[in-house]
Amino acid sequence: MENKPNIVAPPEGVVGEGFFATKLNDVVGLARANSLWPLPFATSCCGIEFMATMASHYDLARFGSERVSFSPRQADMLMVMGTISKKMAPILRQVYEQMSEPRWVIAVGACASSGGVFDTYSVLQGIDKVIPVDVYVPGCPPRPEQIVDGVMQLQELVKNESVRRRNSDEYKELLASYNL
Amino acid sequence: MALETTYIQENLTKKFGNNVLNFGMKRDVFSFEATSQTVHEVIQTLKEDESLNFHFLTDICGVHFPDNDENQQFAVVYHLHNWIENIRIRVTTFLNGDNPEVPTTIDLFKSANWMERETWDFYGINFIGHPQLKRILNMEEMVSHPMRKEFPLEDSGRTDKDDRFFGRTKSNK
Amino acid sequence: MSELLLQPQHRYAKIIENTRNEDGSELSILNLGPTHPATHGIFQNILLMDGERIVDAEPTIGYIHRAFEKIAENRPFYQINVLTDRMNYCSSPINNMAWWMTVEKLLKIEVPKRAQYLRVIVMELARITDHLICNSILGVDTGAYTGFLYVFQFREKVYEIYEEICGARLTTNMGRIGGFEREWSEEAFKKLDVFLEEFPVAWKEFENLFVRNRIFIDRTVNVGSITAEDAMQYGLTGPNLRGAGIDYDVRKAQPYSSYEDFEFDVPVGQSGDTYDRFCVRNAEVWESLSIIRQALAKLPEGPIHADVPDYYLPPKEEVYTNMEALIYHFKIVMGEVPVPVDEIYHAVEGGNGELGFYLITDGSRTPYRLHFRRPCFIYYQAYTEMIKGTMLSDAIVILSSLNVIAGELDA
Repeated sequence: MENKPNIVAPPEGVVGEGFFATKLNDVVGLARANSLWPLPFATSCCGIEFMATMASHYDLARFGSERVSFSPRQADMLMVMGTISKKMAPILRQVYEQMSEPRWVIAVGACASSGGVFDTYSVLQGIDKVIPVDVYVPGCPPRPEQIVDGVMQLQELVKNESVRRRNSDEYKELLASYNL
Repeated sequence: MALETTYIQENLTKKFGNNVLNFGMKRDVFSFEATSQTVHEVIQTLKEDESLNFHFLTDICGVHFPDNDENQQFAVVYHLHNWIENIRIRVTTFLNGDNPEVPTTIDLFKSANWMERETWDFYGINFIGHPQLKRILNMEEMVSHPMRKEFPLEDSGRTDKDDRFFGRTKSNK
Repeated sequence: MSELLLQPQHRYAKIIENTRNEDGSELSILNLGPTHPATHGIFQNILLMDGERIVDAEPTIGYIHRAFEKIAENRPFYQINVLTDRMNYCSSPINNMAWWMTVEKLLKIEVPKRAQYLRVIVMELARITDHLICNSILGVDTGAYTGFLYVFQFREKVYEIYEEICGARLTTNMGRIGGFEREWSEEAFKKLDVFLEEFPVAWKEFENLFVRNRIFIDRTVNVGSITAEDAMQYGLTGPNLRGAGIDYDVRKAQPYSSYEDFEFDVPVGQSGDTYDRFCVRNAEVWESLSIIRQALAKLPEGPIHADVPDYYLPPKEEVYTNMEALIYHFKIVMGEVPVPVDEIYHAVEGGNGELGFYLITDGSRTPYRLHFRRPCFIYYQAYTEMIKGTMLSDAIVILSSLNVIAGELDA
């Protein structure tokens, strides 16, 4: 019995003898989506579930996130896992500013999405108060399958985006609304 | 010889007289009060006296009693532990509401450093003689002391909460 | 952005201006910032360095301050359990059980033996997972990633056991006032038996990888030593204190939840360095496994919760059919339960040391004051002393051997 490896399907295009014609957006989207290097911004309990996701049982590396980067300049997606307090918010913003385009943000957990259980004076009620967020993964903490699902949703987003999202007006407006 | 609570009480009242009061077993911890002027010497005695030997500081925390009278508004509670005789003791000292201050115990126990900073951060209780009394858990720019009873839990600057979902109507806000 | 840079009037900047080494080099400042791959959680250390050696350090914490104590003043007792989970989130059942024991002490409730033994089992399981994470991450910080991956698999097995008991993996919210919310299923005991068979084999292999490993020994022996006297002064408890040679364990000193029925040793180290702390945690895992086996062998039959209808929710079938149960349910949920006015301090042996709860009640459904005596917060003060004079990479190893968990640090 042969085990064929499960590789990602190619995008739609015209196949010929030694050539494959497709849209640039699709190819670049495919490449970006299957090689998202995360920056794990793990602050609390969701960080431990992220460790479980990166470990061998749920293995996020299968989805292209083989190399976790702790340097913002070398990361594609910022995964904010855990409660962000108001003391931490400027630091989160600085990390986001340092990331170069294209960059995406996943808010993992209830605390990052909206403040979670902690409706207090010291907790930021959701990281979308300081940075734009692409995917929200709810849960307290979310199961590793949910985190993987969030990454897969992000992959769908990335595949279908234009190559130069950063030049679109919508995006510029979004960043301007955050004073970035 | 096991350390008896009566012995502790006698030893302390002999040295400090009326400055230590309200001795009693509160459930399983022997507790008493000390006035804020003498609490440092009381704790020093508890630590350095050979027969008492409370060598471990378990905890320092503050409490706010806004309903008490003027001189009893804040309390600082010290928990000490003697591992050899396996006895815990609790020392409470009440402080003035407008200007709560008490000498620091950092010279006796190094672990008091951050515990006192936390109490300052939360209640505004000044520990005289502390080398670096600044905020530890909250942001340094904060002006108020959040654990005081008048300070609200939730962030009052939020605009996105719909009061209907929180059961807040115009009458009970 | 400039408000985050070090101000020129910072005391380190002044020290740098005024000191100069013999060969003309000067000291430098390194920011081991809140987000760093090697720090396990967010805390900042501004280090004053002489080349690779650390001269002084200034820690800043509070980046994940969630105001637990303030929240607790506004929540009824059964809702505070959710908060305690999130303090030491690597071993949340210990925090949960500690809170329930505090409340039972307040309300003078006697928990039946079966529930106490089950609590012991789940607390020791949580202690195993806590030490598992700490030691494997210590391995990662010295460069050995394999141990972490291998042993983390068993943490998944423990998560499955927690799911059988209470439904959640990490933040378990386990137990109720007076015992457990439901009887443990057959599946839970089966999984526990399988775990008790497979885990010792894996843990022995993990130990073999590190304990006599030349590289590991070079990196951890005599690194971050603390004397017993200093350890007591700085308020260390738990494996960090026992690594320094003092055998203070709350389970032996003031036994709770039937710990006096079990025979176990308290491992101690000699020199208080990183290697000793590592070995103490390893030995404690073996002791915990033995306690779990003893508890399973002697597990008595009986109810799994105390008979306190005032505080323990009746089963839902009864609420729908029985008038009394309906009334109790209403009173518990609306908060009209009789609560005495009292002052309690209860401590348990958490994964990191003495976890204490100081509770003052005033008769209403929420506490008047709840203070958590968090071991991480208190012993992290010693970190500054421990790293003076060491190299930067040693500072990282010392930090992970202390097992500082950010949730417990800031609460």
